[in-house]
Amino acid sequence: MTSFIPYASFRFFVLIGVLLLPVILIGLRGRRWQAYNNFLACLMLVLIFGSKPLQLVSLLVFLVWQLTLIRGYLAIRQKHNSAPIFYLMIALSVLPLFLVKLSMDVSALSFLGFLGISYVSFRSIEMLMNIRDGAIKTVTLWRVFRFIAFFPTISSGPIDRYKRFEKDEEHVPSGAEYRTLLYQGLNKIFIGFLYKYIIGYLVYKYWLGSPLLASNSVQSIWLYMYGYSMYLFFDFAGYSQFAIGVSYLLGIKSPENFNLPFLSRNMKDFWNRWHMSLSFWFRDFIYMRFVYTAVKKKWLKDRYLIGDIGITINFLVMGFWHGFLLQYIIYGIYHAIAFITCDRWERFNKKHHLIPKDNKWVNALAILVTFHVICFSFLIFSGRLNFLW
Amino acid sequence: MKEITADFKDKVYSILAEACESDEVKENPDVRIFDEGLLDSFGTISLVVAIEEQLGIEVPISEFNREEWATPNMIVQKLADRQ
Repeated sequence: MTSFIPYASFRFFVLIGVLLLPVILIGLRGRRWQAYNNFLACLMLVLIFGSKPLQLVSLLVFLVWQLTLIRGYLAIRQKHNSAPIFYLMIALSVLPLFLVKLSMDVSALSFLGFLGISYVSFRSIEMLMNIRDGAIKTVTLWRVFRFIAFFPTISSGPIDRYKRFEKDEEHVPSGAEYRTLLYQGLNKIFIGFLYKYIIGYLVYKYWLGSPLLASNSVQSIWLYMYGYSMYLFFDFAGYSQFAIGVSYLLGIKSPENFNLPFLSRNMKDFWNRWHMSLSFWFRDFIYMRFVYTAVKKKWLKDRYLIGDIGITINFLVMGFWHGFLLQYIIYGIYHAIAFITCDRWERFNKKHHLIPKDNKWVNALAILVTFHVICFSFLIFSGRLNFLW
Repeated sequence: MKEITADFKDKVYSILAEACESDEVKENPDVRIFDEGLLDSFGTISLVVAIEEQLGIEVPISEFNREEWATPNMIVQKLADRQ
């Protein structure tokens, strides 16, 4: 069977163009045909994973597992709210992802993985957290399935939130509203082509592929660092535009993933602009949860120390999530240090007013310094420095 | 839902000022505290815990989103709804 990896080939775009035609025609009349959307959700999974039957089976088992956890936990939570059961559910939900990430080191496990396991897990964990907080009280299986296995974003996000998704599903756009969505969606898809298949491709081929960058001299690595950072951005931001654009055609406004990240003024600002749906997920479900519990239960007297520990855990988990490889762990630690340093400095400056906030020269310098801190982190991430350790 | 008294408002503002480590929130109740960098995730936790301890209103952190809790006024309104 032919493979249809999302947004990876021309035939994928032709395929969704054809399959989305009924959705678009009905959408322009201000209606939605739910049965067709359900059919499309299933068909796309078969087409995306069909060329590798083992992956398809893994995916189906995995989806049934996550749906059972969500449904089961919701039933339990309605009777009583117990912390150990909640943590058990989270552990069971994370388990498949953990094993797949572990398989990078343990080759016996390598049969496990499939495209998109991370992003399905993120959505499922988010639902469990919201059920715990009482924010989700009822669900229908079809909707949960459409949410966690939403095909436009299944392979690499953006990571949507259940309540937001539900709101979009419950509101059927009028003909005029749908026309705007269609226009915005197509616009995003074309920006995606420009980013991923023109700029990203050219940077990859002529900058990263240049023989000048092959040696391990400081200059080549330095130039590689800029090139790789640009490539990473245009490739991933382009991909995200495809995913968001296709979501729009289905009437779902998936959240944005990038907002001019190379113009960040500091590291905090950067994480509000780079791979936002992931960094917000980590912020809300790891950092905030940890700090809240630690502050409330008074685990430590010093709240700032709790905050710093929270940041360290946050970025360490993010590092491990990229894979159990040294370059990713160092990347995580590097970002934790950069973030804590930035936070300390900000607090210090708030108190002593050393540097004014709204001076354009200060801002320009801040952007330049931040840009280099970011690019260096991507250099670590790229594995180009692996010869050092 | 209870009526919003001046006393309640003042209490929320002073909790907020403490969490933001700045009195700007008292002077300008429509300032967008996240966009202006007055409150971050860390400050949010201090705020949620202080609201719980001092006002007895529980706000799950997953419900505290930055669009609906954007300004001091909006926060007062949100808390009044939850009383």
